[in-house]
Amino acid sequence: MSDLPEIPATGGEPAKPRSAQLLTFFLDNQEYGVDILRVQEIRGWSAPMPIPGAPPYIKGVINIRGDVVPIADLRERLSLPPMEYGATTAVVVLRVRYKNRDRIMGVVVDAMSDVTTVPGEALKAPPTFHDSGESLAKEIATLEDKMITILDVDCVFGDRAA
Amino acid sequence: MAKIMTVDDSVSLRKLVASALKAAGHSVSEADSGQSALSVAQTTTFDLVISDLNMPGMDGLTLVGQLRKLPAYRSTPILILTTEMDPQKKQAAKAAGATGWLVKPFDPAQLLATIRKVLD
Amino acid sequence: MTKSLSDIQIELLGLFFEESAEGLQQLESGLLALEQSKGGGADTINDVFRAAHSIKGGAGSFGLTEISTLGHAMEGMLEDFRSHRTEPTREMLASLLEGVDWLRNALDARKAGGSLPIAGVRAFCDQLETLRGSVPGTPTAIEKVASAAPAVALRIDFLPAPRILESGNEPVRLLRELSRLGRAKIATDLSRLPGLADIDASLCYLSWHIELEGNDVSAKAVEEIFAWVDTDAVLRIEPVLAKPIGQDVAAAEVAAPALVQAHPVPDAKSQLASTDGRADTAIGSIRVGVDKIDLLMNMVGELVITQSMLGVIDDEGSLDSRRVEQLREGLGLLARNTRSLQESVMRLRSVPISVVFNRFPRLVHDLGQQLGKQVELKVNGQTTEIDKTVVEKLGDPLVHLVRNSLDHGLETPEIRRAAGKSEIGVIEISAYHHGGDVVVEVRDDGRGINRDRVIERARQLGLLGENESPPEDAIRDFIFAPGFSTATAVTDVSGRGVGMDVVRRNIRALGGDVFVETTVGKGTCISMRLPLTLAIIDGQLIRVGNHAYVVPLLSIIESVQVEPKRVSKFQGKRELYRLRDKLIPMIELGQVLGMQSWQRSEESLMMIVEADNAPIGLLVDELLAQQQVVVKSLETNYERVAGLSGATILGDGSVAFILDTTAIGRLVRGTPSGAHAA
Repeated sequence: MSDLPEIPATGGEPAKPRSAQLLTFFLDNQEYGVDILRVQEIRGWSAPMPIPGAPPYIKGVINIRGDVVPIADLRERLSLPPMEYGATTAVVVLRVRYKNRDRIMGVVVDAMSDVTTVPGEALKAPPTFHDSGESLAKEIATLEDKMITILDVDCVFGDRAA
Repeated sequence: MAKIMTVDDSVSLRKLVASALKAAGHSVSEADSGQSALSVAQTTTFDLVISDLNMPGMDGLTLVGQLRKLPAYRSTPILILTTEMDPQKKQAAKAAGATGWLVKPFDPAQLLATIRKVLD
Repeated sequence: MTKSLSDIQIELLGLFFEESAEGLQQLESGLLALEQSKGGGADTINDVFRAAHSIKGGAGSFGLTEISTLGHAMEGMLEDFRSHRTEPTREMLASLLEGVDWLRNALDARKAGGSLPIAGVRAFCDQLETLRGSVPGTPTAIEKVASAAPAVALRIDFLPAPRILESGNEPVRLLRELSRLGRAKIATDLSRLPGLADIDASLCYLSWHIELEGNDVSAKAVEEIFAWVDTDAVLRIEPVLAKPIGQDVAAAEVAAPALVQAHPVPDAKSQLASTDGRADTAIGSIRVGVDKIDLLMNMVGELVITQSMLGVIDDEGSLDSRRVEQLREGLGLLARNTRSLQESVMRLRSVPISVVFNRFPRLVHDLGQQLGKQVELKVNGQTTEIDKTVVEKLGDPLVHLVRNSLDHGLETPEIRRAAGKSEIGVIEISAYHHGGDVVVEVRDDGRGINRDRVIERARQLGLLGENESPPEDAIRDFIFAPGFSTATAVTDVSGRGVGMDVVRRNIRALGGDVFVETTVGKGTCISMRLPLTLAIIDGQLIRVGNHAYVVPLLSIIESVQVEPKRVSKFQGKRELYRLRDKLIPMIELGQVLGMQSWQRSEESLMMIVEADNAPIGLLVDELLAQQQVVVKSLETNYERVAGLSGATILGDGSVAFILDTTAIGRLVRGTPSGAHAA
């Protein structure tokens, strides 16, 4: 196996910076983002049908053009304090991969922000200190006036530990 | 560019022959039995007919005999597709009126070369 | 054309595998019929021969040499039967059946991307040849008279018979082919041409003398060109230089080899007798890919949703009465059309259970021989249709039950004789519809299951305490336990009774169950009951709290208003309802569905539903409409949820869960086996 080329160590800066196209939104006055390619659509909030025995952050399922789609409260998932849903509350419908299957799920966010392209140099690995369980953050984008936490959508669905 | 009819109850083989012929630019019709081939032949005149020998219902040789009775097919080239050609089979094929035969397995080039022998 | 021919071949290979599977089935059943001297005799042999021939030919065309070799060897022996050169013996039929297994394995290997090693195949084929070898061999190829050493220049005389044109062979084309071999000097002989008035345009009066010269010229090459017309013409080939060899090639070809026997022409009688017992598979059917059917099912599902949406508009009541009447009529029509469309599509996905049953004649035959038991297999309800997905999961459990019957159920001929039974044991497999289920039974007239032995064994295994009295349904409860087997000798045929619990588990996983009926000395009947999986079901909408749920109509027995005087408490916790002669457990559906705050009210109704053949009563707030619902799986985007069999979209666009009453019953009872029903 020693004749294989060297695989660069993970976690370091990518050798050639590549930009990230993100859909961003707000949760608890913080800005978050997800890979735009994973976003199927954005909807307003509608009450889901609660699923018996589901984890607390999964609020239930809704009907999206004939598909039965689970909805997760992202605040609860990230262990942020809960907030009443209001006029700006939106649901971002994502294509995620969980337990070796592709699925569609929606996450509830406080308000939508924008679609932005973040240059590669601005991307950094997330800080590793975290006392509150697992981190769903994939990367941090540092721009001159703000910071965007980029989430790994494939981890939103369920506990990695489960 | 000839109009060819292939007759074989085995779908896979029939399509194999058809695709080889189509690739060479011929126009191909398919029949899955001797009986349906005969029905089609009564209203359509093909330049060449290729038929398998062993088919349920009407077998290849019977089909040849019946085709030869149709005025339009008195001297149309009709080839029999078969796995081997011993003299006995050969006699039977000629007696029924077949023009010639093609031995299976064939490769497409072989098929096309043989077809050339009977088409201008 | 963007696809290469080899790409097309790969696509068609799949088709070839399907055809060969059918061919193998025909081969096998034909051979079995011949062995038992049933079946149409000459017709069966023809069918069997043709099946082998097709597989051989197809395999050759697709380059699967080991398969075409097998096919060729089997075809040879079958040809001997067909031409009455030999009469089939038991040994020959047995080796042909072995050949079927070889073919099956070879095809499976190819499907998986590999192939059986040719050495083993050749060894088996040699065996077949040896068996055949006691009989005069098949005609060998003609000995072509060797021409002289290929000369570079040949003189060819081509004298076609007048009727040559009727075979579709045009002399001009042949001459053209000839001139492609080398330099040709062609002289036409007009001597046989009659006067103009006497010419028949369909006859050929011409002959030709050709001198052919070239590096590629050889007698063999010339013969090949004229191969098709050698019986329609006189052909003479002579080298121009050196001594003329002077052999008349045409004459040599006419000389018949030593062993030639004409095919016996099937007489009218055997042709008339051909139809008995032969399944007519080819008439009016096409193969449809399962993915196409699924697509169609989705479309029908959307149609059902649309239709129910329109139903909601009707309820709004804001149109004038005449328009409403029209709308209602239209909706009624739509509903009927949708229903018949749905039924037709469902039928597309159904296959006859014969697909599963057809492996049993061979299995029973081989197993019976292996165990030294005489068995007759009866099969009923071959045409019973079941959903394709159910069929696939039914196969293995059924095989296990049949093996069990053969191995443990049926006695040896001696024991049977001593017991006054016929020496030939009977195994009967049946399939039929019952309610919304498919029932598949395996029945034997063997020794039956001894209840005392079962109880004894249960005590041995610790399933029953020494002093505990056995339950009513002892046999059923215990024989499906893992590791249970009352057989004194464990044969390696059906294992250590390990299979029965797996059978029950698999059937239960499909939402069905297994039942046993047995009489000592007379026989045993094991029946599997499976729900027909439907993607569109008739449902009863109910309200529990603020949400609507759907209960499949087929699961509902009846609904009653709760009369408090009929309610009694069991062990202080469980409530039971006295309905006529039954005690039905009452279940707070709201609690089961996770609504902790749900409270029973005076208007609450109890819906009595099926759950493992022991009904339960679900407390609900209101009965809403009955309607068809499209079942959507929760597992697509979420996960399996205990107690729910799926979800559906209602007319108003909201999601409603479909309840799985059997699962709810089990959840509430706590034990999967349901052996301790309240």
